[in-house]
Amino acid sequence: MMIEQTEPATPTRERPDAPVTTPGKVGEHTERADGVPKVKGEFEYSSDLWMDGMLWGATLRSPHPHANIWSIDTAEAEEMPGVQAVLTHEDVPGRKVYGMEVPDQPVLAWERVRYQGEAVAIVAADHPETARRALEKISVQYEVLDPLTDPEEAMKEDAPRLHLSGNVLKRINILHGDVAEASASADVVVSGEYEVGMQDQAFLGPESGLAVPDGQGGVDLYISTQWLHLDRDQVADSLGLDPEQVRLTLSGVGGAFGGREDLSMQIHACLLALETGRPVKMAYNREESFFGHVHRHPAKMRYEHGATRDGELLYVKARLVFDGGAYASSSIAVCTNAATFACGPYEVPNARIESHMLYTNNPPCGAMRGFGAVQVCFAHEAQMDKLANELGMDPLELRIKNAVRPGIRFPFGQEVPPPAPVRVILERVGDMPLPEEEEVMGRDLRRLPGGVSNVTHGEGVRRGVGYAVGYKNIGFSAGFDDYSTARVTLSIEEGEPLVRIHTAAAEVGQGLITVEAQIARTELGVERVAVLQADTRVGSAGSTSASRQTYMTGAAVKQACEQVRARIFQKVREEYADEDLAIEDGDIVSGGESVVSLAELLGGEEIEETVEFHHRETEPLDERGQGNAHLQFAFAAHRAVVEVDTELGLVRVVEVATAQDVGKAMNPQALEGQIEGGIAQGLGLALLEEIQIKEGKIQNASFTDYLIPTILDMPSVRAEILELADPEAPYGLKGAGEPPTIASTPAIVAALRDATGRELARVPVKPEQIVGIAEKPPSEPPQPGSRGYSGIGHLDEREEH
Amino acid sequence: MRLRLNINGETREADGVWEGESLLYVLRERLGFPGSKNACEQGECGSCSVYLDGVLVCSCLVLAGQAEGREVVTVEGIAEGEELHPVQRAFVEAGGVQCGFCTPGLIVATHDLLGRNPDPTDAEIREALAGNLCRCTGYEKILDAVRLAAERMS
Repeated sequence: MMIEQTEPATPTRERPDAPVTTPGKVGEHTERADGVPKVKGEFEYSSDLWMDGMLWGATLRSPHPHANIWSIDTAEAEEMPGVQAVLTHEDVPGRKVYGMEVPDQPVLAWERVRYQGEAVAIVAADHPETARRALEKISVQYEVLDPLTDPEEAMKEDAPRLHLSGNVLKRINILHGDVAEASASADVVVSGEYEVGMQDQAFLGPESGLAVPDGQGGVDLYISTQWLHLDRDQVADSLGLDPEQVRLTLSGVGGAFGGREDLSMQIHACLLALETGRPVKMAYNREESFFGHVHRHPAKMRYEHGATRDGELLYVKARLVFDGGAYASSSIAVCTNAATFACGPYEVPNARIESHMLYTNNPPCGAMRGFGAVQVCFAHEAQMDKLANELGMDPLELRIKNAVRPGIRFPFGQEVPPPAPVRVILERVGDMPLPEEEEVMGRDLRRLPGGVSNVTHGEGVRRGVGYAVGYKNIGFSAGFDDYSTARVTLSIEEGEPLVRIHTAAAEVGQGLITVEAQIARTELGVERVAVLQADTRVGSAGSTSASRQTYMTGAAVKQACEQVRARIFQKVREEYADEDLAIEDGDIVSGGESVVSLAELLGGEEIEETVEFHHRETEPLDERGQGNAHLQFAFAAHRAVVEVDTELGLVRVVEVATAQDVGKAMNPQALEGQIEGGIAQGLGLALLEEIQIKEGKIQNASFTDYLIPTILDMPSVRAEILELADPEAPYGLKGAGEPPTIASTPAIVAALRDATGRELARVPVKPEQIVGIAEKPPSEPPQPGSRGYSGIGHLDEREEH
Repeated sequence: MRLRLNINGETREADGVWEGESLLYVLRERLGFPGSKNACEQGECGSCSVYLDGVLVCSCLVLAGQAEGREVVTVEGIAEGEELHPVQRAFVEAGGVQCGFCTPGLIVATHDLLGRNPDPTDAEIREALAGNLCRCTGYEKILDAVRLAAERMS
């Protein structure tokens, strides 16, 4: 094998020119680099990819959440005109399983399926409809087994084992101080049970990509993902190829939010391409997308808080149970995160936290924006309100009184690093003016809860206000060697200096490539910057997850620029001047005077530096759940104002206000976009979004039945952005993408409680809970009636011939 | 079947079209107009919005055969030559674009709204764009973009 070869033998697709952008330095309003192609419809997403002679791939999925497979017969499908390949587990040449933390998920199932929608066989054909029809001709003999769908049941000794390792995927205990002693001395104790439903990332661009065989046994994959190198390694393992034979290029990504961390169609498309010797495109439709990626873990959480009469927290006890679904995905890290953030950003001298992650036959769960911090924040903030109520204290005051501050220790033993402005952000949201109360009667119907379809004119509408605060780790934790690579090249093109930045970091819409260019302009005093398409020709950038890319890839780009600058100054010192050097607008300046232009200094020479930036080492938690597990913490507080029609259970969120510490606002408009968009997803979890599951089967795999907020649901956001520098981080910045999604949900629910007086211990909050018909939705959700949806359980048995 | 229709002012033909194909599929996969997007393909998200004989439609819900002989304007036909249309310019400037997958549909839907109502109120903007899902922005900057475009076009 030609291991040293990193370029494909035949360039399988023309590499697009990286657009040159100007201007905008760090902290300045900078238009996004990909904005113009996106508004013109010219930006190429992974579902837009097209090549002459390409085939379409399709996936046969299990209709059963739990079954033995006795046989798979593909003969009839193979004989269909237009079908070029039908593959099963027998055709996976390398490792037959994959997974980010635990390789436990079959590339294609054999012997057993563990969730509805698990991939069983794949087809390549010359038309997508032919491929879909071929799926119907594959005959799979299943022996249907009872699904294990309750994590509490899965924990029991006599439960059927879904994996050889058992059903417990991870358990974390955090023991801090002496809870028994503290509980004996508490004046006030509040407890509660809280529940979070299964949320979907619902990115709009479906899972899709194009695999192109290189004619020499290797493959090029054009793909939307969050981490090219981790995809590449898993794909190569399963194809039985060296990583060098599998080259990945990032295609346009239509949102991610954690849902593209795991593989979806990557290995499948490559298998089909290598089998047929032709390019193969796969693109899921929306229904398949609900089966094609992991979801946010549903959680059941039991909490007890004890405090003194004057509101000082003495202890927290919590038992967290997460449904990991059928395969591991990133559940182990979610379990750890949830355990460490279980008490919230409060000074808690004694704590006992149990966090359990279970395998079940429900859909696999994994990463979604907020990653374990979202679920516990809903619970600990509900507890804080309950405690404030019990104490007769203002909920904001109780939070401020107990807010963490630098120097004390979190319950998992790590010292709170500065800055940790929890008190400040709470005070800021408290000080913001409330939106004016608007007369309900006679109002434009569009501004009432429920909008124009409401049947009241506002008689039962009550207003409520709620607060919440949350926090999140930034970057990968618990001993993971987290790094990013950046290559920066400075050259003179057409008489002007140009910086090229090459990383493998995934731009998923958040604006990373714009920030990379801002950093280069700031560090190198050069206006024109081109960010190359991310691919695996350069070292790993790590994942676009954990709000880490601006920090990690930002730091790598910054350091590479600094090294390029040092080499330029070296040349300047040799030939011109050596005092007080700087680069301004393409000129070398010494003591304020221009000494030489970059164009003259470099001529035809290129200066290139590649940097691998590793963040400070972190530690795994020990057996008592103690350790310096996290790199950085980011905090955000929210205040929600709602209007509730207490008779109909309809809600209008009037406003969400937030204060968030970001360290440094790298690109202020993009940052606001992260805050507003993150709050929208928090609002979705509070009021609308849940994948409903009945006996392991998804009931609402469509945007008709899984509702994400529309422009009518989302209120205006009032944001106050604090820039308190983290001395360890590049430019002092803190990751900013996730904090908006964490406390926005509990703030909205707190406002609903304020308006209704009801407990509302489960999200999403449904109308029947608001009006008090039920504290929880019925355990058997109503069956959607139409023919289309009843077919969801029979993906391979449809009648659309 | 053979299909003949006018797209962005030019006559186009596609051969071998299967009767079950949507207008969206034919635009994207047969005629080289991938700007209209395939986020849900069931008429819920608006990302495939185009004009069909001047009427805003979800192209995923139109059978390709229904577009025979008719005029289609896609997001690729909104710009005025090399210049961005003011709606497009406003989306870029106001930060109404993140991942951008909803953007083509919102550009066409906003173009339609401002053609009918050059000075919409916020309530009217929200009502008109309620059929276009966006997962990234929280819609605030989209509202800003529509207001900015309306101001510039008046």
